[in-house]
Amino acid sequence: MSEQIPLSFTLNGKPVAAFVEPRKSLADFLREDRALTATRLGCEMGTCGACLVMMDGAPAHACLVLAAQAEGAEITTLEGQSEDALMADLQAAFVDRNAAQCGFCTSGMLTTALAYVRQGGTPDRAAIRDALSGNYCRCTGYEAIVDAIAGVAEAAMHKEAAA
Amino acid sequence: MKAPAFTFERAPTLGDAFDLFEAGGGEAIYLAGGHSVVPSLALRLQAPETLIDIAAIPELSGIREEAGMLRIGAMTRHAEILADPLVATHAPLLAMAAPHVAHPAIRNRGTIGGNLCHADPASEFPAVMLALEAEMEIAAPEGHRRVPARDFFVDLYETACAPGEILVALHVPVAGPATRCAFDEISRRRGDYAMIGCAVQITLEAGRIADPRVAFLSVGATPRRVPGCEAVLHDALLSAATIAKAQDALGADLDPMDDPNVPPAMRLHLARVLLGRLLGQLENDHV
Ligand SMILES: Cc1cc2nc3c(=O)[nH]c(=O)nc-3n(C[C@H](O)[C@H](O)[C@H](O)COP(=O)(O)OP(=O)(O)OC[C@H]3O[C@@H](n4cnc5c(N)ncnc54)[C@H](O)[C@@H]3O)c2cc1C
Ligand code: FES
Ligand code: FES
Repeated sequence: MSEQIPLSFTLNGKPVAAFVEPRKSLADFLREDRALTATRLGCEMGTCGACLVMMDGAPAHACLVLAAQAEGAEITTLEGQSEDALMADLQAAFVDRNAAQCGFCTSGMLTTALAYVRQGGTPDRAAIRDALSGNYCRCTGYEAIVDAIAGVAEAAMHKEAAA
Repeated sequence: MKAPAFTFERAPTLGDAFDLFEAGGGEAIYLAGGHSVVPSLALRLQAPETLIDIAAIPELSGIREEAGMLRIGAMTRHAEILADPLVATHAPLLAMAAPHVAHPAIRNRGTIGGNLCHADPASEFPAVMLALEAEMEIAAPEGHRRVPARDFFVDLYETACAPGEILVALHVPVAGPATRCAFDEISRRRGDYAMIGCAVQITLEAGRIADPRVAFLSVGATPRRVPGCEAVLHDALLSAATIAKAQDALGADLDPMDDPNVPPAMRLHLARVLLGRLLGQLENDHV
């Protein structure tokens, strides 16, 4: 085992100072060292999107980032998003549309969806599918997930227009 | 799978990076975005003793105009390429190719320098560099040098940036008012590596083509310009007849690799279809 190195960054709004083994991925650090298990590990090679977290405000694959690379960064996992109004809307829409079956992909789907709607993404189904191209779901067939995101994007557009 | 053990070093400056590489005795590699390196470790395709994180080296970041060239730092993320106004104005071909690189989240972390140094034959940016006739600025302990894109991509996953050297930035000649460009690729699923991809840049004045550059990706070990096709386009009117001739020239220009998933004849056919689509698009935009 190689020597542990010091690491400090902001996790869900709070400072973290820890020692990590260099080979540990950010996903393993979150799950094993911090018990933040909303971040899932599927493929561990960037394909399935189950491990997405927010890194400095944009989605990143926690399986493709070494914990050591998070030095100084701001990391937000799904656990840290529960106060976010838009995330609450997305979660409610996923429940309404039955967009989670086994739920394994759901954290990653919600993370991608949050970034999509925040960036002004439209309810256009093709655009939503494109945004979800790196998120795999083995259960739902995607239709319900696209419905849920389209509904929230639509509402966000009306809110924007009214403001 | 999990990565094998290694030590991790952060290099604040180029000099530190070279020193750390030297100290690594041939068993160290550089780490940029890590989106090619980290999965290769998890799959145990390589097992370096040391990773040297070069992300914080100041010379590697930033996009700016410099003496008629656009200087793009090697640590620029794909998502920044996609969103940057200077890239959109001065190197529109690069901005057009960026949405085809992987998926949105990968684009947030992957860097253009890492992408070019990884030199995957199915990668978009290397072909764009050929079409833009960009220059690669490489730093070595002895000093900096510039290598034209055509000499940079040497072989499969092999570039002119030797082990221990660092790609600092790319320098792209800025587009003129008559520059026209197009990019597209054909892949089985969105975000997958392409079966074929093509970057076209021409100068178009009164319907006539000058300085044509056509580069293909996914046609062999490295991206390729197609001289026969470019000769057909040079000084020709951009018309359906010219496009057909340019497509015909590809047969002599390209010799796609053997691949059971995409046999050479199919790849050549796809190359012709794609070129026709892109030139047709430029012709339509013109009228
Ligand atoms: C699921 C998935 C899908 C992908 N799809 C695509 C795709 O469709 N098209 C595409 O083009 N790419 C794709 N990629 C690759 C992605 O673009 C990578 O991020 C990129 O190729 C490497 O960039 P990086 O910054 O992550 O480099 P790293 O992984 O950090 O480094 C890659 C290599 O380059 C070396 N290196 C990095 N920077 C420098 C430098 N400045 N000087 C010298 N050497 C350096 C490293 O030592 C290493 O050998 C995909 C990746 C994944 C995980
Ligand atoms: S576990 Fe990270 S993308 Fe699959
Ligand atoms: S709900 Fe099971 S993988 Fe998506």
